[in-house]
Amino acid sequence: MSPPLLELEEIGKSFPGVIALDGVSVSVSGGEIRALMGENGAGKSTLLKVLGGEHRQDGGTIRVAGEAFSFFGPAEPAAAGIAIIHQELHLAPDMTVAENLSLGAMPRRGPFLDARAMRRRAVAVLKTLGEDIHPDTKVKDLPIGRRQMVEIGKALLRDARIIAFDEPTSSLSARETEILMRIIRDLKAQGRAIIYVSHRMEEVFDLCDSVSILRDGRLVSTHADMKAVSQDQLITEMAGRSIADVYNYQPRDLGETTVSVRGLLGPGLSRPVSFEARRGEVLGFFGLVGAGRSELMHLIYGGVRAEAGDIEINGARMLAKAPPEAIAAGLGLAPEDRKGQGIIPLASVRDNIVMADRNLKGRGPLRDTGREKRLARTLIETLRVKTASAETPISALSGGNQQKAILARWLAAEAQILLLDEPTRGIDVGSRSEIYSLMYSLAAEGRTLLVVSSDMPEVLGVCDRILVMREGALAGELSREAATPDALLRLALPAASDNGDPTLKATSHG
Amino acid sequence: MADAFSNVMRRLNVLGPILLLAVLFTVLAVLVPDFMGVRNLKGLVLSVSLVGAIAATMMLVLALREVDLSVGSIVALAGVLCAEVITTSGSVVLGVLAGLAAGTMVGVFNGVVVARLKVNSLIVTLATMEIVRGLAFLASGGEAVSISQERFYALGSGSLFGIGFPVWITVLCFVGFGLVLNVTVFGKNVLAIGGNPEAARLAGVPVDRVRIIVFALQGLVAGLAGIVLAARITSGQPNTSQGLELAVISACVLGGVSLSGGVASIFGVIVGVLIMGAAQNALNLLDVPTFYQYVVRGGILLLAVIFDRLRQQARRPAPARAGG
Repeated sequence: MSPPLLELEEIGKSFPGVIALDGVSVSVSGGEIRALMGENGAGKSTLLKVLGGEHRQDGGTIRVAGEAFSFFGPAEPAAAGIAIIHQELHLAPDMTVAENLSLGAMPRRGPFLDARAMRRRAVAVLKTLGEDIHPDTKVKDLPIGRRQMVEIGKALLRDARIIAFDEPTSSLSARETEILMRIIRDLKAQGRAIIYVSHRMEEVFDLCDSVSILRDGRLVSTHADMKAVSQDQLITEMAGRSIADVYNYQPRDLGETTVSVRGLLGPGLSRPVSFEARRGEVLGFFGLVGAGRSELMHLIYGGVRAEAGDIEINGARMLAKAPPEAIAAGLGLAPEDRKGQGIIPLASVRDNIVMADRNLKGRGPLRDTGREKRLARTLIETLRVKTASAETPISALSGGNQQKAILARWLAAEAQILLLDEPTRGIDVGSRSEIYSLMYSLAAEGRTLLVVSSDMPEVLGVCDRILVMREGALAGELSREAATPDALLRLALPAASDNGDPTLKATSHG
Repeated sequence: MADAFSNVMRRLNVLGPILLLAVLFTVLAVLVPDFMGVRNLKGLVLSVSLVGAIAATMMLVLALREVDLSVGSIVALAGVLCAEVITTSGSVVLGVLAGLAAGTMVGVFNGVVVARLKVNSLIVTLATMEIVRGLAFLASGGEAVSISQERFYALGSGSLFGIGFPVWITVLCFVGFGLVLNVTVFGKNVLAIGGNPEAARLAGVPVDRVRIIVFALQGLVAGLAGIVLAARITSGQPNTSQGLELAVISACVLGGVSLSGGVASIFGVIVGVLIMGAAQNALNLLDVPTFYQYVVRGGILLLAVIFDRLRQQARRPAPARAGG
């Protein structure tokens, strides 16, 4: 085996109050694809940011082909031959592909841009990628998967020897993923070192040669041979405990039907959606990103107006035109984008918790500060929200505790139907366990929980029943007993059921 | 550790403007002859009453993460209409009502376009600023409109307990909108929308309604200020109060209202208004030519915005959970 192209030795990085990386050592050889895995908050992104010059490490050494570096700013790693392909792409949408490829390194002739050289370079790079993208296309006109190719092209143009991918497939279709896999294998064959960050087990096992696992900022293990390790072993190492312990499923007795959705149609749905949910039930919604699950939640909640359909909540008709109607009917939404749609960052934990309650009908124009304080204190205690005080700005809390505060918001407003969109995204394992047991007890008290999740083990571990969505429509339903990873994927993936399914052809656009 | 730091910063947010005011008054008292005299201080307070009243509602607009540039034009239109109606009808009450109604209607218009049509408030109110100024000129024929009823002047020159009515009206605005901000659900909703409009909407806050009401209140108060100003200068002037909106916004920002929304304090706004007034007053006392005063006013606005920026940086929390 060739000597390591990239060596990270004892990398440490702390932020105020958090040790993000604690002596992490990873080395990757040329021609190797190394998976980097870990729960959210394990330190993967921080490690990539150190590698990309966004953060400077507090301790440790970065070596590229034996030479030690300490990066500051994005230009230095690029000069050393390192490229990071971020989850959010760093492209200028209004510029052409050719311009984007040369961004930051435009060829010049004297003081002028050498447009011909720029275009020539772009054509050459796109050819190496095997992509038929026209260099004069504006990036905003490319589908997301193609945009990623442009980002990879940028790395090739700079002759990057070390390329790190941060969850590159999270927004790609199955076909786009296949193309990406092929390109990454090509890069490997060219002798480059690849770091591949992903949550998706199948991809990692299919693509990677070796795997390093991070947990709580520390390196748990490195397995040099992917074939010598099992999926369960990886999950256990990432979580620091076995799967059963994380989810700790508690069965409940289900009551009468509380939510009945019939023929609901609106933006993001391709066919009418109908389903029912019962008192005490945790009903999962699984599917790929873009399958219409969040859209369905927003349609039920009135965040987006439905075009057609009928919704009954506890037997009463309710097709909300705006959230206040849904809230009055007993619904509450914990949105997927907690920062953008859930919390008011500058407001206190108390204000965030009582916000829905104080806007309920009949509360009057003046605030009852005493009541607000009591309510917030009680809920902070019962949900065990870790905060210095109720008056602390909610942005100072960890993701898990912010999520608990949002659940508290709906308990304060006495919501009976909770719509939880990716309730544990970006939340560390310890807090996730707490949120799961909270969910079980909320359901056991007679509430109905609709849980959207892209995290397969979570859906399998937590839900009483799972509805699978695909391309804006319900694709099927699985009981807890019948639900397996295979069964879920068969329903969720368009590619797996393309033959003899006329309805799919009608709705899919490639 | 990080908590202690942000606590200090939060306290500085409240204390900062007061310290600045105290320092400014001390320096001016020493350097500027007659500054601390009762007559001068009364004049100072009267001179900021116009900016002050409008700043009380501008605080709500800014807290909403919006801005209203049309207030100066509303002041002119309300004054002109009030003068016209009083002169033609002979009724002071009708004149005042006309001025208030005009201001409120402009405010409602601003609010509806911003809230329902989702147009940036900077652009909307830039447009209405021009339109309303034009309407003021049209209504007056470009001339000052004299007022036939002299008892109307009392609104500008009368006083209670030795303090002029304009100052009382401004004080009422401060108290009223301070209460709105601090003890009502409405006030908290304004801050919530300014802090994160989408999160507020999904939590059941009636976002559009709150936006329209805030702009309507801004129009109403600017109309009221215009009427009081007309009474003080005993005529309706179509070209009055140009650039007033900038003085009002400067005062708010100096007082710690964040331009990026979600943060406001009526106490800070009062201090900001006084800082602006004191600076202007001192320049007058020192006989500094008007041309320099523009430079100083601009400088104060610039400082205010830089303060706002620094405060935001301090407010941004440390990454609670890095990585992932």
